[in-house]
Amino acid sequence: MAPLLNGSAQGALLLLAALGLSLTFGQMGVINMAHGEFLMIGAFSAYLVQQVISASDLSIPVALPVAFVVAGLFGLVLEVTIIRWMYRRPLDTLLVTVGVGLILQQAALQIFPSQGVPVEKPSWLDGQLTVLGYGWPLRQVFTILLASVCVAVLSAWLKYTSFGRRIRATVHNRDLAETAGISTRTVDRLTFFVGSGLAGVAGVAASLIGGTNSQMGAQYIIPAFLVVAAGGIGQLKGTIIAAWAVGVALAFFAYWTTGSLAQVLAFILVIVFLQLRPQGLFTVRTRSLV
Amino acid sequence: MFSTSKRMRALVASSAAALLLAGCGARAGDDTAAAGSSAAASCVDTSGATIKLGFLNSLTGGMAISEKTVSNVLHMAADEINASGGILDKKIEYVQEDGATDWPTFAEKTEKLLTQDCVAAIFGGWTSSSRKAVKPVVEKLNGLFFYPVQYEGLESSPNIYYTGATTNQQIIPAMDFLASKGVKTLFLAGSDYVFPRTANAIIKLYAAKLGIKIVGEEYVPLDKDDWTSQVAKIAAAKPDFIFNTINGSSNVGFIKAYYDAGLTPAKTPIISVSIAEEEAPAMGHEVTGNYASWNYFQSLKTDTNPKFIESWKAYPNSSGVTSDPMEAAYISLYLYKSLVEAAGSFDVDKVNAAAKAKPITFDAPEGKVTLDGENHHISKPGHIGRINADNQFDIVWASDKFIEPDPYLEGYDWFPADIRKQLTDAAG
Repeated sequence: MAPLLNGSAQGALLLLAALGLSLTFGQMGVINMAHGEFLMIGAFSAYLVQQVISASDLSIPVALPVAFVVAGLFGLVLEVTIIRWMYRRPLDTLLVTVGVGLILQQAALQIFPSQGVPVEKPSWLDGQLTVLGYGWPLRQVFTILLASVCVAVLSAWLKYTSFGRRIRATVHNRDLAETAGISTRTVDRLTFFVGSGLAGVAGVAASLIGGTNSQMGAQYIIPAFLVVAAGGIGQLKGTIIAAWAVGVALAFFAYWTTGSLAQVLAFILVIVFLQLRPQGLFTVRTRSLV
Repeated sequence: MFSTSKRMRALVASSAAALLLAGCGARAGDDTAAAGSSAAASCVDTSGATIKLGFLNSLTGGMAISEKTVSNVLHMAADEINASGGILDKKIEYVQEDGATDWPTFAEKTEKLLTQDCVAAIFGGWTSSSRKAVKPVVEKLNGLFFYPVQYEGLESSPNIYYTGATTNQQIIPAMDFLASKGVKTLFLAGSDYVFPRTANAIIKLYAAKLGIKIVGEEYVPLDKDDWTSQVAKIAAAKPDFIFNTINGSSNVGFIKAYYDAGLTPAKTPIISVSIAEEEAPAMGHEVTGNYASWNYFQSLKTDTNPKFIESWKAYPNSSGVTSDPMEAAYISLYLYKSLVEAAGSFDVDKVNAAAKAKPITFDAPEGKVTLDGENHHISKPGHIGRINADNQFDIVWASDKFIEPDPYLEGYDWFPADIRKQLTDAAG
């Protein structure tokens, strides 16, 4: 039972990190290697909010929207200044965003104490929920709830709002969407804002689980990309299933073997899966010829 | 089965390291040959009013988290020495290089500092990997390297001085402390690299001698923060104590998972060898009440400590707290000054001869340390501190005297020669 619950929580954090990528990479084809640093920005936002609102019971709920907006704005600036010149050149976005990520890391190192900062968890996350005899840390339950809310809001937004429809139209066929009168520039910018903002939310969750420091983004970026790729590019449900599966696989391998071996085994599993099914779990059906 | 696979891994790692080192060594050797055989010795300029020293720390990349402070404290020590007249009446002119958390870069920069900047000695490094990258280069070029961090021991070099603890000055005192507390069962949690694996190999041998049972052993990669799955295993094993050899940010995740699992210092305390005054604040209140084994703590009451703390607090860009590795870095520069003054020369061979000739001492913030001229390590007091609410350490245990450095643990009968050889070979 313990590995299943721990794994689900690990998967939820992975999902939070991957959700934004599934938008920017999945929907827009931008390989944003600075996504991990947007996550870091979210975590530092949580710390800064805690400096203003010292009661951690209140500061974490406040930090979530703040982190979303702050990380989103960083993403927006990146899109407007750099990314927009590079659509349809994914390799170039990869190189440029690696550089942006390094700049953001070094900036965080200069601004904040180099060993990182504490983000205190709210007292309502103290303790455990007993599930079939296993004391499940409430912090993990919170991560799962947060991921669920983000997924629900995101999918409802994509499905039911006109903006969501415009995003989906742009993803399916950019030229046709433009012909239909959709401003794809506006769509791109907003998508990037939301995708980066979600990284910020993931950062708040990550700050409650691990350290908040300049290097924290690095450990999430590669697994998050793998999850998006395994889930099927542009497919929210694929990302969800893949993140959960990887999280649970990690936890079970860690239970049976050691933490180091678990990382290796879980990602061998993903790579083997991608060899067998390169398009991922689900694929977008389009009528485009490319 | 388990130990065989570990040995295999060690074998692969060591042969990879050997290949890497062979590559660096060969390159350094070629350059020396091209520049003339005694290039390193003759290129240090001692004619002017200044002497050049090299500081080699990672100012960018993952290890900058820790090494920035070491670089800063070296600058402070250099400023202090210059203000009081310098070394042999020469002011220190330092060349700061960035190792960039990249081990080949450490080797390259060492070569650059010795052959192009012509520095008399180099100070820095943090990870064992960085030290092992520097080692063949300083040995080939006959340079000097001062290494300021506690490490896994089993090493000595005529060209390296170690001012941090070796295992018998940190790990063994920690075990003695546990034995004095009547600990019967111990769980080992570490990051997955050479220091925790070697430390744990030593801990297991000593635990057997002390009658402490090891009830589990877990490793997580250095760059992973999530310890939930492993902590669940620890909670199930219910050890009397946890021996923590985790390094870096991963410690924060470990402490959070520990706290969340309902483990407390009252029932299942942790003793750490990498959490100091610098690291504890990032863990908040959840680490309070646990223990750490170091030689130096900010809370130590010695004659020289108050001045050290005061100078550091006033120093620009200081973190405001002092800790063991930075104190060891501070010692390293002063120790070099004493060595050069005893030798009356900046020449490497004369400095090494001076180290052997008579005991070199320094009134360090941790107390009066003495250099061992043979193995190039220093004597240190063992201390165990308990983390209080201010993220400072209350000293709860001290070794009865300064512990002489014994990097190869030759004075410990429970440490068999074949294991020493095996671990030394595995560490490369």
